[in-house]
Amino acid sequence: MAEVIKCATRDAYGKALVELADKGKNIIVLDADLAAATKTGMFKKAHPERFVDVGIAEANLMGVAAGLAATGHTVFASSFAMFAAGRAFEQIRNSIGYPHLNVKIGATHAGISVGEDGASHQCCEDIALMRSIPGMVILNPADDIEARLCVLAAADYDGPVYMRFGRLAVPRVFDESYDFKIGKGNILSEGSDVTIIASGLMVKEAVEAGELLKNEGISARIVNMATIKPIDRELVIDSAKKTGAIVTAEEHNIIGGLGSAVAEVVCESVPVPVVRVGVNDVYGKSGPAVELLHIFGLDAQNIAAKAKQAVALK
Amino acid sequence: MDCIKKKELACFAVKARMGTVESVYCAKAGHPGGSLSICDVLAYLYNCEMKVDPKNPKWEDRDRFVLSKGHAAPALYATLALKGFFPVDDLKTLRKSDSYLQGHPNMNKVPGVDMSTGSLGQGISAAVGMALGAKFDGKDFRVYTILGDGEIEEGEVWEAAMFAGNRQLDNLVAFVDFNGLQIDGTVDEVNSPYPIADKFRAFNWNVAEIDGHDFDAIEAALENARNTKGRPTCIVMKTVKGKGVSYMENEVGWHGKAPNDEEYQTAKAELDKALQELEA
Repeated sequence: MAEVIKCATRDAYGKALVELADKGKNIIVLDADLAAATKTGMFKKAHPERFVDVGIAEANLMGVAAGLAATGHTVFASSFAMFAAGRAFEQIRNSIGYPHLNVKIGATHAGISVGEDGASHQCCEDIALMRSIPGMVILNPADDIEARLCVLAAADYDGPVYMRFGRLAVPRVFDESYDFKIGKGNILSEGSDVTIIASGLMVKEAVEAGELLKNEGISARIVNMATIKPIDRELVIDSAKKTGAIVTAEEHNIIGGLGSAVAEVVCESVPVPVVRVGVNDVYGKSGPAVELLHIFGLDAQNIAAKAKQAVALK
Repeated sequence: MDCIKKKELACFAVKARMGTVESVYCAKAGHPGGSLSICDVLAYLYNCEMKVDPKNPKWEDRDRFVLSKGHAAPALYATLALKGFFPVDDLKTLRKSDSYLQGHPNMNKVPGVDMSTGSLGQGISAAVGMALGAKFDGKDFRVYTILGDGEIEEGEVWEAAMFAGNRQLDNLVAFVDFNGLQIDGTVDEVNSPYPIADKFRAFNWNVAEIDGHDFDAIEAALENARNTKGRPTCIVMKTVKGKGVSYMENEVGWHGKAPNDEEYQTAKAELDKALQELEA
């Protein structure tokens, strides 16, 4: 069996920024003293003249990004999810979202898988915050292949985009033939009893959950939903109609994230059971990332258990 | 500055005050005090300093203006209307549900508005970004912003000030409208930002302290800013909140309320008289 390639989506972010500039795209990349961790450091090294460090000042980071965008630039502004979406929420809302400026927010270190740094840095609220901003596009890629494509698509899109990347090296889900489009989810495998809709590192877990369920005679459709906003309504409705039950899986608070987005569509269109897997409205804690994911139920076993629950609710 | 030019600017500023008071009166809401305090500097900026084209408001090489104290929108709108960016008559639609003249500036709706502002502390960061944008493109446009003296209590202002000083953004000018009043009282009572000038100096800015109603002083400070290399300029301008309307002057209560019918007539009469005296 071939070895599974593991790569953090933040690494793919850094590489894709370099690729954009190498291809002649005139981007400006900003960071707030976290370039080594967010991986914009790769860009800084390759294109120092297009990189600006604003220092530890995330409010100003977003404002400067807005001002640069207002003078016609395509700007990538980077920090950890906690400080980008969290601390600078109102700057993003008023200086970037409201004027619909062309700023791409590269937020790394999202979720529990930050690991040892613990709860202060484990942002599980960012998608909820960003979803509440009108006109904001939210992308949460599953692996390095998809992360690269998200960055390229964001650069071509005119308007604000929030990109959510992880710290942890995660197994590859897609191959080079994968085609990503903003606003489109994709079916990884077909099934008839239940649909598992996942994003980020939970996509791989969803695929494994599908195998576990198969062994128990349950046929699950597996959907990768990298675009949280605008959510692919068509695919959600189709899944609800065809399988009659849905489980969502995300490395985020179960309030306000992918699960909420899916439930909103389902409730208003094809009411079927929706069971959410995510961080259960609690803070994280320190520990090795993979161990934490299991502790917080962010794994294939829990997804499979919740899928059975959803099927029972039909 | 010669007398004719000075008189023209004074007339323009009085007309901007008229537009400000009338629009706030028609809206039955708004912020007259801190609008009236900046009408003179806006008159100078839009008539003597900034390269702008009312017929082509999105002209790429224009100088930029960011009203960081966005609640003073009535003064900016009146100034833009008098310059021909949009009809003066539209000022009466301020804050109405079918109007493009929002309570705080919106760059996508109002011709001549370069940045959406209103949440204090954010405009200066955007202005800094614009100044940085000019440097990136090797363009020589300049960026101007006006902060409130209460606004500089916001931490983001100092994040932006530190960055602009460090990046030597000498194409940036930030005015501080030093009228001494904010909603809850005098600025020193609420949370003293004093000494304002020394703070900006400590952040590596070129600083001038002037009378914000003196066109000669504004001209000299802006000329000095243009000749200053390697540092952004902060112009701390002492102003009178509510300037030009006797009962609003230096009264904290006129920060954010509209005049009633009688008060409007009094204000209008005072401004009409001021204009007549200038034009005599």
